[in-house]
Amino acid sequence: MTKFVKGNEAVVIGALYAGAEGYFGYPITPASEVAHKAAEYFPATGRIFVQGESEDAVAYMLYGAAAAGCKALTATSGPGFSLMQEAISYMAATDIPTVIVDVMRAGPGLGNVYPEQADYNQVVKGGGHGSYRCIVLAPGNVQEMCDLTMLAFEKAFEYRTPAIVLSDGQLGQMMEPLRLPKAEMGPIDTTAWATQGTAETRRNLLTSIYLDAPAQERMNVKLQRKYAKMDKAFQMAECYLCDDADVVLMAYGSSSRNARTVVDTLRAEGVKVGLFRPITLSPFPIDALRPLAKKRLFTVEMSAGQFRDDVVLHLAREGLLPAEGVGLINRMGGMLIPVQDIIRAVKGAL
Amino acid sequence: MEKQFDLPYPRIEADSCKSCERCVAACPKGCLEISETYNRFGVKAVAYKGSGCIGCGICFYNCPEPYAIHVEKPDVAPKGGAQ
Amino acid sequence: MATLETKGMFDVFTRSGSENRITHYCAGCGHGIIHKLLSEAYVDLGLQDRTVIVNPIGCAVFGYYYWDVGGVSAGHGQAPSMATAISRLKDKAVVISYQGDGDLAAIGLGHTLQAAARGEHMAVFFVNNSIYGMTGGQMAPTTLIGQKTTTSPFGRNPATDGMPLHMAELINQLDLPVYIERVSVADTKRIMKARQAIRKALEIQRDRKGYTFVEILSPCPTSMRGTPLDAANFVIEKLEKEYPLGCLRDRTAEAEVRPEPATWVNLAKFFGDDGSEDPKCEAAEDKERRFKFTGFGGQGILSLGLVVADAARAMGLETTWLPSYGPEQRGGDAACTVVTSTRTIGAPAVENPEMLVVMNQAACAKHLKTVKPGGLALVDSTVVLPAELPKDVRIVQIPAIEIAMANGVPKAANVAILGGLIALDALSIPAHLLIEALERSFAKKPALIETNRKVLQAAMDYCRHHGLTGELP
Repeated sequence: MTKFVKGNEAVVIGALYAGAEGYFGYPITPASEVAHKAAEYFPATGRIFVQGESEDAVAYMLYGAAAAGCKALTATSGPGFSLMQEAISYMAATDIPTVIVDVMRAGPGLGNVYPEQADYNQVVKGGGHGSYRCIVLAPGNVQEMCDLTMLAFEKAFEYRTPAIVLSDGQLGQMMEPLRLPKAEMGPIDTTAWATQGTAETRRNLLTSIYLDAPAQERMNVKLQRKYAKMDKAFQMAECYLCDDADVVLMAYGSSSRNARTVVDTLRAEGVKVGLFRPITLSPFPIDALRPLAKKRLFTVEMSAGQFRDDVVLHLAREGLLPAEGVGLINRMGGMLIPVQDIIRAVKGAL
Repeated sequence: MEKQFDLPYPRIEADSCKSCERCVAACPKGCLEISETYNRFGVKAVAYKGSGCIGCGICFYNCPEPYAIHVEKPDVAPKGGAQ
Repeated sequence: MATLETKGMFDVFTRSGSENRITHYCAGCGHGIIHKLLSEAYVDLGLQDRTVIVNPIGCAVFGYYYWDVGGVSAGHGQAPSMATAISRLKDKAVVISYQGDGDLAAIGLGHTLQAAARGEHMAVFFVNNSIYGMTGGQMAPTTLIGQKTTTSPFGRNPATDGMPLHMAELINQLDLPVYIERVSVADTKRIMKARQAIRKALEIQRDRKGYTFVEILSPCPTSMRGTPLDAANFVIEKLEKEYPLGCLRDRTAEAEVRPEPATWVNLAKFFGDDGSEDPKCEAAEDKERRFKFTGFGGQGILSLGLVVADAARAMGLETTWLPSYGPEQRGGDAACTVVTSTRTIGAPAVENPEMLVVMNQAACAKHLKTVKPGGLALVDSTVVLPAELPKDVRIVQIPAIEIAMANGVPKAANVAILGGLIALDALSIPAHLLIEALERSFAKKPALIETNRKVLQAAMDYCRHHGLTGELP
């Protein structure tokens, strides 16, 4: 069955089907509908909903929930995500899973509530203290808001690390038909590591303090090994008409929608342009990008070039950075990127 | 019949004592003292004077260390007293 | 022989990285006394397996070296938030938040009060030694007036440093806490009272009665700058004067027992998923239509767009609906866009609509010029058109607001517009699908269906009467 829902509601539906046991929320536009729907659906289906007093409290509630081995989530936007960073660092360091949905708005500072993609660095690169990073998934439509929230739970628990669904105001607010998931997941057995107030979990300890520097370094090395394993095994990207393309637009989230319209429009004119859409931003889908490195590349993004810089970094690491670099087509401040502007940039490059 | 009555006494684990003297000050019978010998951490641990303990447990509850001082107490005599 | 000994702690503190049986605390520190009272209580009450202690930031950060129960390390001041989640999700667990004064009363004050206000099922043990211990004896919210610390080297000055915070009294302002008591571990008599208070707090947790707060005045010989006995005396002679001992509240008898958790509901049933699939529109060639609906908040702009989107969906088209949102949705401009397509839709935002609805003057000024050449604008008659009109755009005005008023439903002007769109065949969606979608939108208020149907018909009649059809005049 399909339901015509906002991206924000799709997140809640995905979480329910993923077997989320608790939602811990704090209001912020444009993510608030996630909390609204969670407040409606979670208790009605026998689960827990708590409105916390701040985003940092909510993030620590997630840490508590994860320490108890439970699937829990929250949703927020940039300013709230900044406040959650401390707890996310703790969770990454403690090897425990959680899911956070960031419905990006324009910044910096108070900014406004319109879509931007300038949380890229603080979400994809770790963002809190210490050498860690999270799994980051970037949905491009309402269906993926649901599906990738489910996948975020699966991967967060598989790798025991926080997973972030990186969305934006437009994806959160827009409505599209959502196919309801077929199967419903339940809680999973976490007694091996969680602390649940039971005899079998009594000796489990969740902490991230290592006063001994060599021990702290070993812990860091272990974390980095986990990320390396993740990088190898878990990359997702969509390549739309890239094979014969002369120009490849690279975009995620809402920007990928505009880029797709550009591809469709220009293909109708016979212009060979394609779209590379990363679905995992961390791990970065370098395997799918590698074959495209010789094409003329542009990122299309609603930030000052945070995504472009990351693409450059990943290409450079592989020794594949094109001489002309990677172009940037962007808007900021809550401005969507006009399709015509992208078309002009692509044509200019041909 | 086995012997029903022993005298109570504080069982002291000298290496766990930090010599804070809370027990010495608290003991209602004044039967604890700081010894003249050092434990393996270089602390002059508390010691029992050898007599006077009434098994009240006050030293145990005043002691901030989990294992520095325990109190051994005689079993309660069965009704009717010792046989 | 019976032995009075420590219970519920590890025999050897290997978690500290050594084979020691001594704590990391300074000689004479009150923490050790409290640790022993707490572990004795959870063992005596049969709660050891069920206990989870949230370890704070502060000197007690290493409580898990000693306590043989579930352990987790909190961020600074965040133990109540973490305990909240554990307790909500694992309701059989006995959840303990053990915190010092910097952690609980400074950085974590808000979280402490909020968890207490929510009446979370947790036992909070607040160790008040009037100082930040672990970081080196800095001033805490509980530091006494005149007390010298490393950040109040000349003594706490009320003019610059404020006055001490009385946590037990603050918590006592809130409705839901069940038990609040302040005790001390400065001497035997006080320790035995503290022992009772700690046991009582755990009994309340065992009995699922709610939030408990036990503040424990505790000596810090290192920061109070004296011998352990001096520090204990300081607690009795100075701290107790500012923070009087005693039970502030005990409503154990009347507190309600926490209900058992709810059972999960099957989601397919909850969402009414009958396993059906949406129809799929089979089209010979790709066709995408881009619409925009504009007006003023309260005119039903967003719901008009939703009805159109729902009808398109019923037709088997790919559909997106995107509203204007944020502060402006509360009483300012309102706009939404709808895109329908036979293939995957790219941008949901519509820069140049091929069909634009305009329901007020401001929207006209902002949007009329954006209509794509060859497109259509349906404008309410109350709007005065600008002198300069966009080229190659068909502009139709109908008195939608007036029709709605005349039918006694002023809020249904959007429905009159829908009637106009049907008459003009502006959406490439069959009329019956649009009418069904409209009726679906009133599923929760069936009483309104009839009046809205009337408005819709009146608008369609108006268009027919004035020769307004899909055919260009």
